[in-house]
Amino acid sequence: MTAVHELDQIAPEGPMWVLRDTLAVTGRNLRRLLREPEVLFFSTVQPIIFVLLFRYVFGGAIHVPGLRYVDFLMPGIFVQTTAFASTGSGVALADDLSKGIVDRFRSLPMARSAVLAGRSVSDLLRMVFVVLVMVAVGLAVGLRFHAGFFAAVAAVALVVAFGFAFSWISAWIGLSVKSVEAANLAGFVWLFPLTFASSAFAPLETMPGWLQAFARATPVTPTVDGVRALVNGGATLRPVLTSLAWIVGITAVFSTLAIRRYRRIS
Amino acid sequence: MQTAVEVTDLVKTYGETRALDGVSFAVPEGTVLGLLGPNGAGKTTAVRVLTTLLRPDSGSASVLGLDVLHRPEEVRRSIGLAGQYAAVDDKLTGRENLRLVGRLYHLPKREVLARADALLERFDLADAADRVVQTYSGGMRRRLDLAAALVNRPRVLFLDEPTTGLDPRSRLGLWEVLEDLLRDGATILLTTQYLEEADRLADRIAVIDHGKVIAEGTADELKDSIGGSVLVVRPTSAADATTARDVLAALKAGAVTDGTGGELHLQGGSLALLTKAARALTKAEVDVTDLALRRPTLDDVFLSLTGHAAEPTEEGAA
Repeated sequence: MTAVHELDQIAPEGPMWVLRDTLAVTGRNLRRLLREPEVLFFSTVQPIIFVLLFRYVFGGAIHVPGLRYVDFLMPGIFVQTTAFASTGSGVALADDLSKGIVDRFRSLPMARSAVLAGRSVSDLLRMVFVVLVMVAVGLAVGLRFHAGFFAAVAAVALVVAFGFAFSWISAWIGLSVKSVEAANLAGFVWLFPLTFASSAFAPLETMPGWLQAFARATPVTPTVDGVRALVNGGATLRPVLTSLAWIVGITAVFSTLAIRRYRRIS
Repeated sequence: MQTAVEVTDLVKTYGETRALDGVSFAVPEGTVLGLLGPNGAGKTTAVRVLTTLLRPDSGSASVLGLDVLHRPEEVRRSIGLAGQYAAVDDKLTGRENLRLVGRLYHLPKREVLARADALLERFDLADAADRVVQTYSGGMRRRLDLAAALVNRPRVLFLDEPTTGLDPRSRLGLWEVLEDLLRDGATILLTTQYLEEADRLADRIAVIDHGKVIAEGTADELKDSIGGSVLVVRPTSAADATTARDVLAALKAGAVTDGTGGELHLQGGSLALLTKAARALTKAEVDVTDLALRRPTLDDVFLSLTGHAAEPTEEGAA
C-alpha cells in the first residue's frame, strides 16, 4: 500500500447512491441464494407436497360447487406458499445480524436504507421464482387459467405483492428477535393457522360460523378469493380491492416498524 | 501531532451494568493505542461507539476531529473496522466480499477491482480468492476481515481483538501486516486481552477494567509504575512450592503472587533480595529450577493494577 490518504472518494449522498447501494446489497443477497440452492429447493418442496396431498388425497372428499377442486386449490396454494416463503426475509436478516454482517454494513458510508431495500428487492425476485414454480406445478396437476392470460398475470402479480407485504412482517420479526432459530419459529407458527383458517383449501361455507368470521377478517381469504377469481373468472373487483388494501396497509405499517427497528440496532 | 481519536467521559449502561463508566483516552495520529483489558471490561463497547455503531448515554467521541454522534457519515468514510467476530459473508468468495465492501465505500469501479486484488495478494489469500469463505480456516477469515477493513485505505483503523482465537503463526502474520500499515502512517486503535500483543504493537496502552481506564502509558512506563524488577522463583515440585511460598513470605519483601507455570513472583526485586532469597531457600532445602530477576511484564502490571489476570486461562493461546 502506498500513500494512505490519496484516494478521492465519491460523496455518498443522493438518491443515485441509494439505488446503487440497494443494487449492491440485492446482488449480494441473490448470490447467497444461488449458493444455497437447497433453501430455494425446500421452499418449493413443502408446497408441492401440499399440492399432491390436497389434489390427490383429500381433494376427492372436498366438494366445491361449480369448480374443479384443482382450480379451487391452486390459488390457495399460491397464497400459502408466498406467505410461508416470506419467512425467509426475517431469517436472512436475523442471520446477518448474528454474524456481524449488519455491523459491517452499518460501519460503511453506504445509504442506510439500502440494507432493508436490498433485502426486499431480492425477496421480491425470490417470491416471483417460487410462484412461477408453483404455477408450473399447478399446470402439471391439471390447473387451467380459465380467465385468460392477462388475468393469469394479474393473479401472479397479486400473489407476489401479498408475499412482498408479508416479507415486511417477517423482516420486522427477524430484526426484533435475538437469534436465527427464534426468527424461524416466530416467523412461521402464526402463518399455519392463518393460512389454513381461510378459503384456501375448503369453501368457507362448510366451516362453523365463528371460523368463517375469523377467516373473512384476515388478509388471506380476500387474496385467495381474488386470485381464484382471476384464475377461474367471476367477480374479481371486491376481493382484489380488499386484498390490495391489506397489502398496502401491511407494507406501510411493517416496513415502518422494520425500518425503525433497524435504525435502533446497536 | 494531531489527535486522531478522542474519547471523553463515555458512559454506556445496559440495565444495571455500566459497560462504560466514564472512559477517556486519546490516540495521536500515526500511533497505536492498545486498549487492554479482560472480557467485559468495556473495550468492545468503546470501539462500537467510535465506529458509529452505538450511541453512548453520555460523553463525547471524535475521529479525525469529526464528532461520531453528529457527523457519523463522514466518520464512516475515514475508518476501517475489523470486528471480534469476523464480519465477512461466508457464502461469498473472498474476492466478492472485498468487492462488495469496495462498492459500498463508493470507490470507482476500477479502484474496487484493483483494491480487492491487491489486498488478496497482500493478505496471502490470492489462491483462495475465488473460494467461498465457508471453506476458509479461522486465520484466513480473520485476514479477509482485516482486508475488508482496509479497502478504503482508512486513516484510522479499529481492530477489536483481531487475533483472538488465532493460532500463534497466524497471529504473527497479522502482527506483521499491522506493522506494515503503521509504516504507511495509519492510526490504529486495537483492543486485546493479550498483553504480549499490546506490548508488541501498541505505542501507548490504556488498561481498562470495569468500564474505566485504570492506567495509561507506554509499556515501559506501565512496567516502571509497579517499581523495579520482579523476583521469579520456580520450585521443582509442588511440595517445594508450599515451602518456598512460606520462605519468600518470611522475607517480608512484599506479597508473593502466582505467575504462569508454577512460578512465584515477588515484586520489587533487587540483587540483595535475590541473594537473601537464595540463602533462605537453600537453608529450607527447597529445590528450584529457576531463580531470577527480570523486568516486569505487562502481566505483572495488569495483576498489580486489577488484582486479577488479564488473559483468560482456559483459552491457552500463547
